[in-house]
Amino acid sequence: MLPDGRRLHMQDGPIDVIVEASGAVSDIEVAYRAAAVRFVGVLDELCGELAFLRRPACEDRCLPAGAIARRMLAAVRPYASRIFITPMAAVAGAVAEEILEAMTSAARLSRAYVNDGGDIALHLAPGEKFVVGMVERPDRASLFGTTAIQSGDPIRGIATSGWRGRSFSLGIADAVTVLADTAALADAAATVVANAVDLPGHPRVGRVRACDLSPDSDLGERLVTQSVGELAPDDIRDALEAGIRVAESLRGSGLIRAAALNLQGETRVIGAVGWAQRADVSAPARGLVHA
Amino acid sequence: MPVADDAIRCDACPVLCYIKPGRAGACDRYANADGQLVRLDPHVVLERAVSRGDTLVPFLEKSREWDGALLSGEETFVTAIGAGTTYPDYKPAPFIISSEVAGVDMVTVVTEGIFSYCGVKLKIDTDRHLGAECSTVRAQGEAIGHVTTNEYGSQMLSLGGVRHLTGGSRHEGTATCDALLNLCNRQAVELKIDDGATVIVQADKAPIVDGVQEERMRVGCGSATIGMFAKQWFGKVDEVVVVDDHITGVLSEHQAGKLLGVPESGIALKGRRSTPGRYFRVAEPGTSWGGTNIDDPLSILGPFDREVARPGLRLLMVSTTGEHHAYFELDESLRPVERELPPSLRESVERIRENCEPALCTVLFMGGAGGSLRAGVTENPVKLTHSVRDALTRVTCGGAPVYVWPGGGITIMTDVSRMPENAFGYVPTPALVAPIEFTLKISDYATLGGYMDHVRPLSSITSISRDEESRRRLAARPDNPWPLASAKSGEKSRK
Repeated sequence: MLPDGRRLHMQDGPIDVIVEASGAVSDIEVAYRAAAVRFVGVLDELCGELAFLRRPACEDRCLPAGAIARRMLAAVRPYASRIFITPMAAVAGAVAEEILEAMTSAARLSRAYVNDGGDIALHLAPGEKFVVGMVERPDRASLFGTTAIQSGDPIRGIATSGWRGRSFSLGIADAVTVLADTAALADAAATVVANAVDLPGHPRVGRVRACDLSPDSDLGERLVTQSVGELAPDDIRDALEAGIRVAESLRGSGLIRAAALNLQGETRVIGAVGWAQRADVSAPARGLVHA
Repeated sequence: MPVADDAIRCDACPVLCYIKPGRAGACDRYANADGQLVRLDPHVVLERAVSRGDTLVPFLEKSREWDGALLSGEETFVTAIGAGTTYPDYKPAPFIISSEVAGVDMVTVVTEGIFSYCGVKLKIDTDRHLGAECSTVRAQGEAIGHVTTNEYGSQMLSLGGVRHLTGGSRHEGTATCDALLNLCNRQAVELKIDDGATVIVQADKAPIVDGVQEERMRVGCGSATIGMFAKQWFGKVDEVVVVDDHITGVLSEHQAGKLLGVPESGIALKGRRSTPGRYFRVAEPGTSWGGTNIDDPLSILGPFDREVARPGLRLLMVSTTGEHHAYFELDESLRPVERELPPSLRESVERIRENCEPALCTVLFMGGAGGSLRAGVTENPVKLTHSVRDALTRVTCGGAPVYVWPGGGITIMTDVSRMPENAFGYVPTPALVAPIEFTLKISDYATLGGYMDHVRPLSSITSISRDEESRRRLAARPDNPWPLASAKSGEKSRK
């Protein structure tokens, strides 16, 4: 629990979660305790099935044991027949959902969110809303828009993916932010759309085999983006178009509600209304990268 | 999956990442440094709790659940230790903290700097000769620095710097980084000086020179010692020689002796007379009497003047620390014969010892934050430099005060003894990772182009975590100014 009585920060291994709930003080306390209780063991639970979760999702009946792992698998299954994807693409969103559910089933909250490294699960009681700001690039503080999510909207999950983020990306998008019905769905979709924003074979895109950077990456020998040089306007447009096509098809099948795609200062938005101006966003991920 | 030979398995958490050299695991907190699993240190939070002294305050032990206690923001200062960073600093600093101090919103930008331009200024309190000026200082056989100017009662070494860290061979860089890291983290390091001594140094500990632990600093040079103790010797002894490699003093010739009316003794010193009663170079530098190479004090004396000296004349020879002393009386042929030190003189020798401070090694970390590190603080890096100059921004290292060198850039020096333990880390470049914090008013931060969107309240830094070490909560040192308090003075200086 935090000194200001507002936010809870929990961290275990690579999982870093910030929680905030609104409601009666007693309810908030109950919710935070429920979040903390659920958080303990999340990492062990996931790691127990890590080998399975790093394999490509398939349509067979094989189900993982853990509740979070099931959320992960369910979120990526819609893509399994068409592209390579592993349940790990939805891990952050699934963890956020699970923690949020522990909170909302323990206490009456007007609003709550669980932010797991930028993948966010939302709770909204009737009549409530969230204003969400989006960052153009994870390494810069500027926002390129805000949007309001009302309790009447089906959206309860937000996720962002891009090659500059903490996870590897196959594409070149600086950031793809997705609004979807659940955080795990948003997480998986953001990954898929960000991968689709791409210029295959472009000389200005530096790619390295994922296994050369991180031997146990679920992406194996797939080439992940490590650098993107300055692109010509036509290239930017082509890459964004490729992403938009995928995003539109996901929106058509109800997997996402809205998406904002950003590449080198150019932004394309689908499905969202009222992208307004500035709002506060949470602090960036931290890490040690060595020259 | 086959694992590359040079990757290591991290067992810090159940993810069990395989980490390639120079890369961090999924958590960004453990990394592979040349085949070694290194932990980016736990993040240190200083707590202003003078009454608790220097004791470590455990934070959220495994057995202890959150008790709901709230902390006043003003009393907690987040240090940069373990904050993490990137290099080059293309991202905002890992933590940009706001905490309210006396109604004014303060921002502390907390980052760990990767310092390629950095080193250690080492002060070794001893008069023993460690090596000639400019001599190479080695660790693990590699050149890591040099002997620089002597200071009063101390030998100075300048270690590290970019040319040893990255300008030489891989081994040289690694040995330099290793020595700097250990010195800054207050560990003992053995240094060998070309054509000089081998010395074991450790911050806040006595140096060990060629296997002998140094006890005391000299009370002063030989001449100063005469000045301090002439009155106590007057009447109890006819002549005193204070042996010192720098300036050897002779009581009867020295102004202090003259003032008391001490008669000439007919003594003849070797070396070069500077002014009356003060002699340079009575012997060669060494590790014996007064930092000279002599074991027999009489070896610095010539024959007594037969016209002036008389049999029975009493002579005391003493070093500037009182560690070495001998008492002589002249025989019929005016040759000094050693005798037992009379009790009345023993007292004065003891007094010299008492006035000598304990010999210590002191380690100042010196580094330059002039480069991209500033970009982690503000979008307009030079404004940070100007803000530090104008004293609107207070710089600290792990909460310890720093001296900011005048001139361009942000080049700082800080006493590692005032920083929390193990505040330093390294990256395989090789370079040191040192904590650095910039504290200023939030309005000033906005003015200099700070990352306002990344400012987070102090409260968000404390966390519930299975890993109780992820935040290290320390009591602030009572002898360090409170970093947030000092930033307020910046407001005054601006008016």
